[in-house]
Amino acid sequence: MSPRSVVIAAVTGLICGVTAMVVLGVALTLITGAVALPQATAAGLAGLAGALALVWRQSRESTGGIPAWAIAATAVFLVLMTASFAAPFGLPLGTVTVWQGLALVTFIGGVTAALRLCLRDARLEAMSRYEREVIYIRVLKGIGFVVFTIIVALPFYVMVMTSLKSQQALLANPLDLSIDVSQGLDGLLRSYRELFTQFNFGRYLLVSAYVSIATVLLTLLFSVPGAYAVARLRFPGQGFLSRSVLLIYMVPAIVLVIPLYAVFSQLGLRNTLTGLLIVYPATTIPVALYMLQGYFRGLPSELEEAGLMDGLSRVGVILKITLPLSLPALASVSLYVFMIAWNEFLFAFMFLDDPGIFTLSRGVVSLNSSEVPRQHLMAGAVIATVPVLVLFLWFERFLVQGLTAGSVKG
Amino acid sequence: MSTKTPAEASSGPPKGIGPMQRREMWLAYLMLLPTFAIILVIVAGPLLANFWISVKPVQLGDLRPPAVLVNERVRGNPEAAGDSATLEYRLRNSSQDEEIRDVVLRDAVPEGFNVTGLPDGCGLEDNRLTCMLGTVEPGWRDRLRLEGTVSNAFLATDDPEEISVAVVTGDADNVLTSFEFTFENFSRIFSAREFWSVLRVTFYYTIFGTGGAVVLGLFAAQLLNTAFAGRGFLRGLFLFPYVSPVIAVAFTWVVLFDPFSGTLNALLTKMGVITDPINFFGQRAIGFSLFGIPFEFPLALSTVIAFEAWRYFPLSFLFILARMQSINTDMYEAAEMDGATPLQQFWYLSLPQLMGILSVLFLLRFIWTFNKFDDIFLLTGGNAGTRTLTVDVYEQGFALANLGAGAAVAVVVFVVLVTFATLFIHFAPKEEGL
Repeated sequence: MSPRSVVIAAVTGLICGVTAMVVLGVALTLITGAVALPQATAAGLAGLAGALALVWRQSRESTGGIPAWAIAATAVFLVLMTASFAAPFGLPLGTVTVWQGLALVTFIGGVTAALRLCLRDARLEAMSRYEREVIYIRVLKGIGFVVFTIIVALPFYVMVMTSLKSQQALLANPLDLSIDVSQGLDGLLRSYRELFTQFNFGRYLLVSAYVSIATVLLTLLFSVPGAYAVARLRFPGQGFLSRSVLLIYMVPAIVLVIPLYAVFSQLGLRNTLTGLLIVYPATTIPVALYMLQGYFRGLPSELEEAGLMDGLSRVGVILKITLPLSLPALASVSLYVFMIAWNEFLFAFMFLDDPGIFTLSRGVVSLNSSEVPRQHLMAGAVIATVPVLVLFLWFERFLVQGLTAGSVKG
Repeated sequence: MSTKTPAEASSGPPKGIGPMQRREMWLAYLMLLPTFAIILVIVAGPLLANFWISVKPVQLGDLRPPAVLVNERVRGNPEAAGDSATLEYRLRNSSQDEEIRDVVLRDAVPEGFNVTGLPDGCGLEDNRLTCMLGTVEPGWRDRLRLEGTVSNAFLATDDPEEISVAVVTGDADNVLTSFEFTFENFSRIFSAREFWSVLRVTFYYTIFGTGGAVVLGLFAAQLLNTAFAGRGFLRGLFLFPYVSPVIAVAFTWVVLFDPFSGTLNALLTKMGVITDPINFFGQRAIGFSLFGIPFEFPLALSTVIAFEAWRYFPLSFLFILARMQSINTDMYEAAEMDGATPLQQFWYLSLPQLMGILSVLFLLRFIWTFNKFDDIFLLTGGNAGTRTLTVDVYEQGFALANLGAGAAVAVVVFVVLVTFATLFIHFAPKEEGL
């Protein structure tokens, strides 16, 4: 037996136990609304015992008999129940019994599975540095998965659940993010209904869709020829132009907003969608041009030269050869520009005063006042998020390819 | 058309521009023209305009140019045909401190109103009235009375004076286009005590926000670099913060961290981690002592930085993952044979390969974080020690209604930005495809 190996196994078990308990305790609280006080110390001890049992069993040469994982699971269960005085979540077993049972089973199963994964080849005898590091990394990765998933998913979970609550329920217990089925579908979706009937959100959706789609079309109209010129044609100043495009993209919107506000006010463009449709494409054309020219460069130029030989004009080559080949790039650029226009906040906030032509972003901001309850704000946030997330999930592959194919944006 | 330049005539590859290339060049310029016209007008124009506005004493209210406002009524209560009546124009200069030159009032006299007396400076041609009023003083008010008699046609119509609307034209100095300059905006923002704290906050926010996003991205990329079931799902999930609208995620954080009805505070207090709810976005600093030395932890700023790292780690994650997957695996096999441990492989093999993309990401994200306005504005409104330069532009220009001062801050933003961009061009590795 090497003390170092024992310590590694023990620490691994401790970390697994505590992490699983905290996560499950918080999840139990959020799902059921009953405040769990996860017994982290007991869980840590349980994980430790399970880990030592597992490694001890693995270290023995003999196979057969009770499998190692069963011994570990039993150890986890026994130690957890003893050390927490049979209340692993700090709740009497009588409250939300089904959920507590489920959480307990998940805890034991999860900890055992995690220990098996992390300590797969661990022994109590001396291990090499390589073997020890493999274990460290497995533990770190495991925690990483849990932490990242939680920090990414929790805000979205809170957003959706809050939008389904009533004002009283929220104030009474902010921890209760369960779905109250008793109020029926109508009661659950009340905030959404009121947004569409009283707050004009149907109109905002239409305006946002109109502005975003028009921005995509205008951007493509201007950036496709520009990108082709930069990528394929030779002319003096080519390098300078392709670099300066990216520099233009670094100009912050807030620096543009005061002059544009002044000029648009004088020209009567300030409170109009035309104003937005002038500004949005201008800010998205540089990045679209940059993404597209990277893609055009990657296309084999022999195809185009063959087209030229066969008597097509340059414009014919672009329309008949280049564009059909670049459909994936066009899709990813379109999606990206759509997302930028849909999510844009600053110009919509500065330029639009008339509730008749609010975009969704502007509309949700107008909900952020003390008179409008929080669940309406969250319902507005959900309405603004869902279309863009659906589109994103649909075209995720294109977007990822387009983004990483040599272009970047903030 | 085919004139050969000496360079082309000599041996070796042709230099100079041949007819075919010249055609291509013009085509290229033609294709780029609309794009660059738009970018020049909407991006480069405003950039320069910022410098112009920043040296002008211009307020938000000055955007409406001074004009003569007019109000027209019928006086004298005519009841029968032949009664005398007065058409009265009330005029006033909307500005209290700008004169208006060459003021001219034009209107059509309503049908059935027979003019008997014209005020000075007015002329009547058919039924079109033209009054030359000359230059009017700031805050000027006047009435023009047009005497006359009415006929039945006049009496039969409702509000006959409103059938044609009186139009007043005139020239006034527009403060935006005048040649009046002042450096007061700059002296005001530089002498303000808070300006230097704004600058400091901006750099804290930018450096830690960028660093956080890149480091989180590196960790996330490490996690997803091995193939396993559900990797595609997790990659999609990890991108959520970045693709969601900023208003949605910012308000969600505000709700989540709310001191009274927020989930996080409720969780921490109920579980006994803290005794009183913490106002994450509203409290400037939290004091604590370490070994007897008191420290101030900038709470609101840190929460905003955490949001920044959370929202933008997906982008660094994507790029780092893409780079990782293009690293040749032979190297790792060789290292494995030589007995290199996983951490050694990461430190001595992966990290050097990733340095290029990491530095590019850091520089780019640094610039974009420096430019960020929406996030802080929505989270804290720039209160509680989170006001950055970009939020200050809004604060000066629109909250305090001093466009000139706002533009002056914008000029500062731009100057700092140009410095960064120059550094970026110098130090960005060329081989990363940028």
